[in-house]
Amino acid sequence: MAGQARAEAIDRLSHAGEGGVLRFVTCGSVDDGKSTLIGRLLHDSQLLFEDQITTLAAESKRHGKAGGGIDYALLLDGLEAEREQGITIDVAYRYFATAKRKFIVADTPGHEQYTRNMATGASTAAAAILLVDARKGIREQTRRHAFIVHMMGVRHIILAVNKMDSVEWAQGRFDALHAEFMAAIASLDFDSVTAIPISAREGDNVIAASPAMPWYNGPALLAHLETLPATVRDVDGPFRFPVQWVNRPDQDFRGFSGTVVSGSVRVGDSVTVAGSGASAVLARIVTADGDREAARAGEAVTLVLDRETDIARGDVISGARDRPEVTDQFAAKLLWMGEDALMPGRSYLLKSGTATVPASVSALKHRIDINTYQPVPATKLELNEIGLANLSLSYPIATDAYDAVRETGSFILIDRFTNQTVGAGMIEFGLRRAQNIHRQAFDVTKTDRARIKAQKPTLLWFTGLSGAGKSTVANLVEQQLARAGHHTYTLDGDNVRHGLNRDLGFTEADRVENIRRVGEVAKLFVDAGLIVTTAFISPFRSERQAVRDLLEQGEFLEVFVDAPIEVCMERDPKGLYEKAKAGEIKNFTGFDSPYEAPDNPDIHLETADLSPEDAAARVIEALRKLGRLG
Amino acid sequence: MSAFADTLNAYAARARDGGTRVQAMPADLAALEAESLHIMREVAANFANPVMLYSIGKDSAVMLHLALKAFYPSPLPFPLLHVDTTWKFTDMIKWRDGLADAFGFDLRVHVNPDGLARGINPFASGSALHTQVMKTEALRQALDANRFDAAFGGARRDEEKSRAKERIFSFRDRHHGWDPRNQRPELWSLYNTRIHKGESIRVFPLSNWTELDIWRYLLVEDIPVVPLYLAAPRPVVERDGTLLMVDDNRFPLHDGETPQTRKVRFRTLGCYPLTGAIESEADTIEAVALEMLAARTSERSGRLIDKDEQGSMEKKKREGYF
Ligand SMILES: Nc1nc2c(ncn2[C@@H]2O[C@H](COP(=O)(O)OP(=O)(O)O)[C@@H](O)[C@H]2O)c(=O)[nH]1
Repeated sequence: MAGQARAEAIDRLSHAGEGGVLRFVTCGSVDDGKSTLIGRLLHDSQLLFEDQITTLAAESKRHGKAGGGIDYALLLDGLEAEREQGITIDVAYRYFATAKRKFIVADTPGHEQYTRNMATGASTAAAAILLVDARKGIREQTRRHAFIVHMMGVRHIILAVNKMDSVEWAQGRFDALHAEFMAAIASLDFDSVTAIPISAREGDNVIAASPAMPWYNGPALLAHLETLPATVRDVDGPFRFPVQWVNRPDQDFRGFSGTVVSGSVRVGDSVTVAGSGASAVLARIVTADGDREAARAGEAVTLVLDRETDIARGDVISGARDRPEVTDQFAAKLLWMGEDALMPGRSYLLKSGTATVPASVSALKHRIDINTYQPVPATKLELNEIGLANLSLSYPIATDAYDAVRETGSFILIDRFTNQTVGAGMIEFGLRRAQNIHRQAFDVTKTDRARIKAQKPTLLWFTGLSGAGKSTVANLVEQQLARAGHHTYTLDGDNVRHGLNRDLGFTEADRVENIRRVGEVAKLFVDAGLIVTTAFISPFRSERQAVRDLLEQGEFLEVFVDAPIEVCMERDPKGLYEKAKAGEIKNFTGFDSPYEAPDNPDIHLETADLSPEDAAARVIEALRKLGRLG
Repeated sequence: MSAFADTLNAYAARARDGGTRVQAMPADLAALEAESLHIMREVAANFANPVMLYSIGKDSAVMLHLALKAFYPSPLPFPLLHVDTTWKFTDMIKWRDGLADAFGFDLRVHVNPDGLARGINPFASGSALHTQVMKTEALRQALDANRFDAAFGGARRDEEKSRAKERIFSFRDRHHGWDPRNQRPELWSLYNTRIHKGESIRVFPLSNWTELDIWRYLLVEDIPVVPLYLAAPRPVVERDGTLLMVDDNRFPLHDGETPQTRKVRFRTLGCYPLTGAIESEADTIEAVALEMLAARTSERSGRLIDKDEQGSMEKKKREGYF
C-alpha cells in the first residue's frame, strides 16, 4: 500500500536519523586550511554532485592554491569578489549529513573582521573547531578565537592541528601544541576540549582514522562531531515563551504564537506574563497538526490561555514560579559591530527576544583585551571590540542571564538612523530589581502642575547651525509666551556650558553627553509643568530622538531653524566661523563636523527668507494649533 | 471546475481542519520547520505590507505549506505574488490557479508589460535577456507598484555558492540591489527588520533546508506538487544534450527536429524553453526522492540560465533577482 512505500522511503531518506542537527563554527587564521577542511567534509560525505566536481577541477587549475591538485577550498568561496582576492570575507553556511546526523557549518573568515563574523557564526553553534597549522603552532589568534567562542556560549571545542603531513606526522609536535593550547585557555571553562591531529588536504583523521598516525588513539574529527550534544536549547531549563504574534482569526479565538526557547509547558500549567505579572492557566497548545498536550524548547506553537489577558508581542510567558527578571537596567558583555564607535549615552534600538525598545549604554565599565583576556579602561568601543557595559532601557523587559537562557539573555543593538545592526550583547545580570524598587510617586503630578498654569507642558527643541537664529527666535517665542501669561523657561547652549556642562568639550562623545544632560534637565522642567525652549545645535539625529523618547507623546516639538551654511557664515554673530576657518576651533558643526538635518521636524523655519518675528509667530501659532496653550 | 481540483481541494480541506499527519516528523525536519515558522511570524509581526513570492515549484509548495502552519488557525496574513513570464509550463499555471481557488488565496500575478510589448521571449531573445526583463525587472515592477516592504522567497543556501552567504533577512536598497559586502550581521534568531521607506527585505525561510530536506518534508507532510515533477510520457526534443519539452505550439522546431515521446520529469520548474527534463521512471514523490538521493547532478544544472557564466547568479542577485 502507498502509505507503506512512503514510510519506507522516508526512512531511507532520513539517514540523518535521531542525531538531529549539530551546528558548529570553524575558526582559523588565513591559510591554516579551514576552507580545505570544510570542502573535504562536504566532498567525503558525498554531498557533491558530478557537475560540481567537474567545475571544481576546472577552477582548481585556474585559481587553485593546491598546486594543480583539487583545491577543496574553492567549493566554499561564494562571492566573485572573494574568489578574485582569494579570501573569504563573511559568514557562509554549509550543509552535510552522515548516517548519524546532519550538520550545519558556519564558515567564518580568519582575518580582520573575524571577531564580528566569528561571533555571528558562534551565536547558533553548539561546537567550535579551532584550526591551527602544525608548522606555525598556537598563535595569538588561536587564543582570541577561543575567547570569542567561549563568550558566545559554545561549550565544546576541538583543536584541529592541521597539516600534520608537513611535520612528518610527528607525535611530539602534536603533543607540544596540545599542551600549549591547554595552558593558553586554562581560564576558560569548556565542557569538552578535544585535540585531533589531521591533514585536511590528505584527509587523515578527518573522516577515518589515519594510518600515518598510528600513535593517535582518539576519534577522527567527524566521528567526534557525531557524538557531541546537538542542541543549545535547554529542555530542562525554565519555561520561556516570547510572544511573537497575536493570533486572532475571529472573535472566538485569541492565541499567542511563538517559539518555546527554554524548558517545557503542559496544558493545565499556571503561567505568568512577565512585566504585567498577570497569571493564567494554559488552556490549549494549538498547532496546524492538531492540539498538543505539551510543548518543549525548540517548538513553534500557539498558546491559548484560560482567561482574557492583556498580552502583546514582546511579552514573555513563563512558568508561575521560575520567572525571568523584569528590568530596565542590566550589565552585559557587548561586542561592537558598527563602523561608528559605540557612544555611551547615545540612543539605540535594542532587540531581545521579540521585544524592541530604545536603549543606551549608561556606563562602559571596561573593554576586554582579547589577547590577554584582561579588562582595560575605555570610553568607547570601536568595531570588533568587546566590553562590559551597563545598559539602560526606556522601559523594562523580561530578561535572563545569557548563561541561563540564550534567547532571553541575548540582544542586538540597531542604529536608529542607518538601521544597521551595530552591537550584540549577552546579559550578565540585572542592575536593580524593578520589582523591588519603585519610582517615588508624589501626590502632586505633572498634570496637576500644568492645570494650575493652564497650559500643556511642552519642550520646544530648536536645532540648527550656529548662526541660523535659534537663540534669537527662541528668545522671541519666550517673550511672547510670557507676555500672554504662560510659564516658561529657556535652556541655552552657551549658558549651560558655563555651569552644568562645564566639564564637557566638543568631541563627538562630549556633544552626545551634553545633549543627554540637557534632555534630562528639560524633562524635569516639563515635569514641573513649564513650556521649555532650548537652543542647541544638537547636530546628531540620534540625540534628538533620544530626548524625544524621554518625554511623552506630543510633549516634544522639534523646531528646525534652517538657514544655508553660506547665510550662517555671512551672519557669523559670534565670529565662530571666522575662527573655524582659521583653524582655531576644531569640530565646528557645518564646517568640519556634520549636521544631520531633521527629516520630519514638527516646525520648519527657513530663516533666510523669514524675519525672526515672523518665525516666532509661526511657532506660537503651531503651539496654539496643537492645543499646548490651554 | 479547474484542473487538479480534486487534489487541491482535498489539500485545502486538510489544511483548514488542522492536519492529519500520518508520518512522524524526523527530529531534524521538526527543527527546520520550527525555525521557518519563527521567521515567518517575525515578518508578519514587523512589516506593514509583506508578500510571498510563489513560483509554483516544490520549494514554493513547502514555503506555502509552512506559512499555512505558521499562522494557523488564521488565514495567510499576506498575498501571494507570481511573476509570470508567459513561458511557464501550462500545467504550472493551471496548478497555480487551482490552488488559489481551493484556498481562496489573494493571488497577484504580474507580467512585465514592456517586455511583452517588446516581444521578449526565451527563444529569440536568449535566456539572459529574457530572465533580466521578464523575471528581474518584472519582479521589481510588481514590488514597487504594490509597495511591498518584505518579500518571502524560497531560495536555499545549499542551491548555489553565492547563496551560502546570504542572510535570512536580506536587505535591499531602494533599487532592490543587494550588497554582499555590506550585509547586516545575523546573530541567534534575532532578525533586524528595520528599513527606511522604499527599502525592503527579502526573507528566505528555507535558507537552512537542503534539497533532500525539501523532498523528505513533501513526503512527511503529504504536500501535493505539480505533476511535472513526476515522470510521465511527454513530447520532447533534444538540443545540446538537454531535453526540452514541447509544451505548446510556440516552440520553434529546428529543421529535422520532431518531438519524441519520452518518459521524463523535471527537477526544477521554470520557463519551459529554459528547463531541461531528465529521463526517469520515477512517477511518485517517493520514487523521485529516492532517485534524487542517488543523483549525481546538482539541481541548478537543469536550469539553463546559470550556465551563462560563472558567478552569474551573484550578478543577477545584485540586480534584484531572487
Ligand atoms: N600540506 C598541507 N597543506 C594544506 C593542508 N590543508 C590545507 N593546506 C594548504 O594550505 C593552504 C591554505 O588552505 P585554505 O583551506 O585555503 O586555508 P584557509 O584560509 O584557512 O581557508 C592551501 O594552499 C592548502 O592547499 C594540509 O593538510 N596539508
